[in-house]
Amino acid sequence: MKIFKYALLAIPFLYFSCDDDDDTPEPINEEEVITTMTVTLLASDGSGTVVLQTQDLDGDGPNEPVVTVSGPLSSATSYSGSIEWLNEMEDPAEDITEEILEEADEHQVFFSASDGLPLQFVYTAPFDSMGNPVGINFVLAPQNAGDTGSGNLTITLVHEPTKPNDGLDTAGGSIDIQTSFPVTIE
Amino acid sequence: MKNIFTKWSANLQTKLALIFYFVITVIYSNIYAQNCDNSLSIEVVDLHDGTPLSNAVVLIKELQKEGFTDLDGNVVFENICTDNYTLNISHEECKDITTSLNVNKDTFKKIRLEHHLNELEEIIVISNNRNNSRTLFENKISKQVLEDYNSRTLGEVLKTVTGVSSLNSGNYLSKPVINGLHSSRVILINNGVRLEDQEWGIEHAPSIDINSIDKISIIKGASSLKYAGDAVGGVIIAETSKEKLLDSIYGNVTTNIQSNGRGGGISTDYTKTYSSGWYYRFQGTLKRMGDFETPNYVMTNTGFSEHNLSLKAGLNRIDHGFDVYYSLFSNYLGILRSSHAHTAIDIINAIENEVPHIIEDFSYDINIPRQKISHNLFKLRGFKTFDFGKLSMRYDFQSNDRREYDIRRGDRTKPALDLNLQTHSLAFDLESKFENNSNLKAGISARYQKNFPDPSTGVKRIIPDYKKYDFSLYSVYDMNFSENWFIEAGIRYDFSHIDAYKYYRTSLWEVRNYNELFPEFVVEDLGLNTLTNPKFDFHNISSNLGARYSISESENIFINYSMSSRKPNPSELFSEGLHHSSARIEIGDLSFNSEVGHNFSLTYDSSNEKSSLTVNTFANIVDDFIYMIPVDLMPTIAGVFPYWEYKQEDAKLFGFDVKYDRQYLTNFFVGHQFSIIKGYERANDKPLINMPPVNLKNQISYNFPKLNNLNVSLESEYVFKQNEYPNNNFEVFIPTEQVYQLLDTSTPPSAYHLLNFAASIGLKAENGGNYKINLRIENLFNNLYKNYLNRLRYFTHEMGRNILLSVSYSY
Repeated sequence: MKIFKYALLAIPFLYFSCDDDDDTPEPINEEEVITTMTVTLLASDGSGTVVLQTQDLDGDGPNEPVVTVSGPLSSATSYSGSIEWLNEMEDPAEDITEEILEEADEHQVFFSASDGLPLQFVYTAPFDSMGNPVGINFVLAPQNAGDTGSGNLTITLVHEPTKPNDGLDTAGGSIDIQTSFPVTIE
Repeated sequence: MKNIFTKWSANLQTKLALIFYFVITVIYSNIYAQNCDNSLSIEVVDLHDGTPLSNAVVLIKELQKEGFTDLDGNVVFENICTDNYTLNISHEECKDITTSLNVNKDTFKKIRLEHHLNELEEIIVISNNRNNSRTLFENKISKQVLEDYNSRTLGEVLKTVTGVSSLNSGNYLSKPVINGLHSSRVILINNGVRLEDQEWGIEHAPSIDINSIDKISIIKGASSLKYAGDAVGGVIIAETSKEKLLDSIYGNVTTNIQSNGRGGGISTDYTKTYSSGWYYRFQGTLKRMGDFETPNYVMTNTGFSEHNLSLKAGLNRIDHGFDVYYSLFSNYLGILRSSHAHTAIDIINAIENEVPHIIEDFSYDINIPRQKISHNLFKLRGFKTFDFGKLSMRYDFQSNDRREYDIRRGDRTKPALDLNLQTHSLAFDLESKFENNSNLKAGISARYQKNFPDPSTGVKRIIPDYKKYDFSLYSVYDMNFSENWFIEAGIRYDFSHIDAYKYYRTSLWEVRNYNELFPEFVVEDLGLNTLTNPKFDFHNISSNLGARYSISESENIFINYSMSSRKPNPSELFSEGLHHSSARIEIGDLSFNSEVGHNFSLTYDSSNEKSSLTVNTFANIVDDFIYMIPVDLMPTIAGVFPYWEYKQEDAKLFGFDVKYDRQYLTNFFVGHQFSIIKGYERANDKPLINMPPVNLKNQISYNFPKLNNLNVSLESEYVFKQNEYPNNNFEVFIPTEQVYQLLDTSTPPSAYHLLNFAASIGLKAENGGNYKINLRIENLFNNLYKNYLNRLRYFTHEMGRNILLSVSYSY
């Protein structure tokens, strides 16, 4: 009859563990999500700023990101650009830019302009610990003063690219953000 | 309850099986009315000194009645009809004896067996061949094969069986695929306990240490109903061998090393048994491997380590006994560094490059991405034989911890996925043998399961918090109809209640129209997310009907029909979002109902001293088959992702396997295995994804009995290119280049051919133990190839040449 004694021993186990409270699970603080990228372009001739923004508040949810461009670029000036990334799922919104700056060695922003959009890009400080570009700040200018056109300006943030590299194609790593902004130069 | 009756009437086959089952029961109780009250007593003793042999198996062939001798070597069969009978007497440590005998009154017979303790090894293998099911051809893997593969994983060992393949994620993570089906459709039973280890995941390997197992069998028939009703693919049963009823100490120590991965393992087990029936057993395994290598490069971050241990103790008597079993399986494994893709473009680049982006020097380091799994299993089982049969009770507890670490930003070293799954179950089983060659097995069980995804990961939960309550009943009946016909029928009922809490993205909840379909699930709308409390009840019926026709002693035909019902798994119900390791968005469906598989199989088996042939054909008609297909591309801030949805459609799978072994001369053996599987959606004949390609294995081996049983063999494995696959390719726009590029995740890799060499030798130690030395060289010609059933095939090739050496000492 030993087995029945053991059977009895087992029963409290079963009940003990079924006796959980019906607590609802706590919400998750989705830490690593980037919902918003804002690119601020400040004209060096003092003619103002142009802001490019993409915002996807539901992250991997079905709503598409909202892409806005505040206005045209001027063909007569260069722009100093800076990028800010936010996680607006958290309240208050978390500034991801700092995190990327801290891990400058592991990140790089790549810029590219489609045909018909004669733009050139130059990385500016801060650089990473090895002196390689990061791309949080940059300078953007028409290829030749007076060039006009329209097309897509694509900004790509890559995590863990090979550094140094000669462009997005061979940099490897994985893409954190990639957005194309419809831009015109007048 | 409405659900159960709809299901009932919908499935004519179930009804038939039920009717058949009850008819047999009625026939059985009325048919019996001859002069059948003779008793037959058998005493089994040692030929040499006349000492009684306990636990010998006495089988009356004509009646298919089995009895075990008690401590005095006696076994008594009651109610034996007047007739001639053939008796087969076997004992774990003795050679079998067959003898015939006439019974016309109460009869006593003394049987003398040749008793050889030092032949333990071989005999144990034979005694392991007892089938779980007698109407369904059963595939078994013996201790022998397990020993040859002791440095491997369960998935790889199972691949040695015809018709079984494995779905891999790299070299170490390998899941068994039975006749094209895997994951939640293949149930694993470890020492009688259904393994609950998040098996829905395609990149989750079963948490079983093969070194803790003495025998593995794969069953698909009525006997599987004892374990599960939802095994649409099949049931894999892993067991330890039965402890002997004598004063003894036995065990072994095995060490192995291998060239690829530059690592090895050590495993030991130790069993002490007493003639009183008490025993205990300890078993432990340690394994450590570094990065694996293809012929051309190192697969960075693919090493692993594994620590396992199991303890068992108990009392094993003829009519009662109990055992306590505990096992811990834990591993820590690297995932190929370059397999971390974020977007469709990353995968396009990986496919274009063919070799991984990151290749570093060989290392034993296990870096991120990695998985850390530990699985605890505790079991308590007792049984007692009453005059109505053997009653056993089992309680088990399992706790599965799964942590997956992904490459994260901001120095986050905490896991991206942290799941704890706890399962308690309590079961009662009855096994009754009746006078006229029939057996009844029946049982009842209850289970409670709780899944806890740790919110501190800072990543959206893939699988929600849920509690699940299961209740099931089964009954399996078998009977020898005539000399040639043996019939088995079974039925099982499963009830499941799932109570989950999940945060859905409000946008998704609305896009999927859940706000109108399931308003009762909503607990609170929190703006970005909606907290919901989905609750489901599933009533499932599974049944089976099988027959074995014996053409002769050595030729059998097995016919089987089984119906399995599987409720949707948590991934199929609740997935909603980006699955990072696959770089795709995966969406489940709350409105799924159970998937029902109708499996018909026909097997011909013939074996004699010189050859054996098995031909198995099957057709599996699955209603409401749940699978995933890509439906669209979805833009997010990180770029464009393929959007995969779980769908429920009718499917069909069919195929056949052939295995033929033949002995030429005295010591030359040739073996062939061939298997082919086809799977389609029924509505449009579109091929199913991840169907194993046709494969052909051939083996020649030569045995030198005089040279310490040296065995040398050469195996060839040819895997064809999978020519039928669903085209799930997409054109993805690459904004930086302003072009569309093909995301080709569908096209299978080319065919490949591998040659393996194996040699083994057995040596006797002076103290009576045995050494066995095994050498294997896999992928002898160091071929570079990719495998369709490897999820990481976009990123890397398969392993190159691997030389494995193992030495085991058993006592």
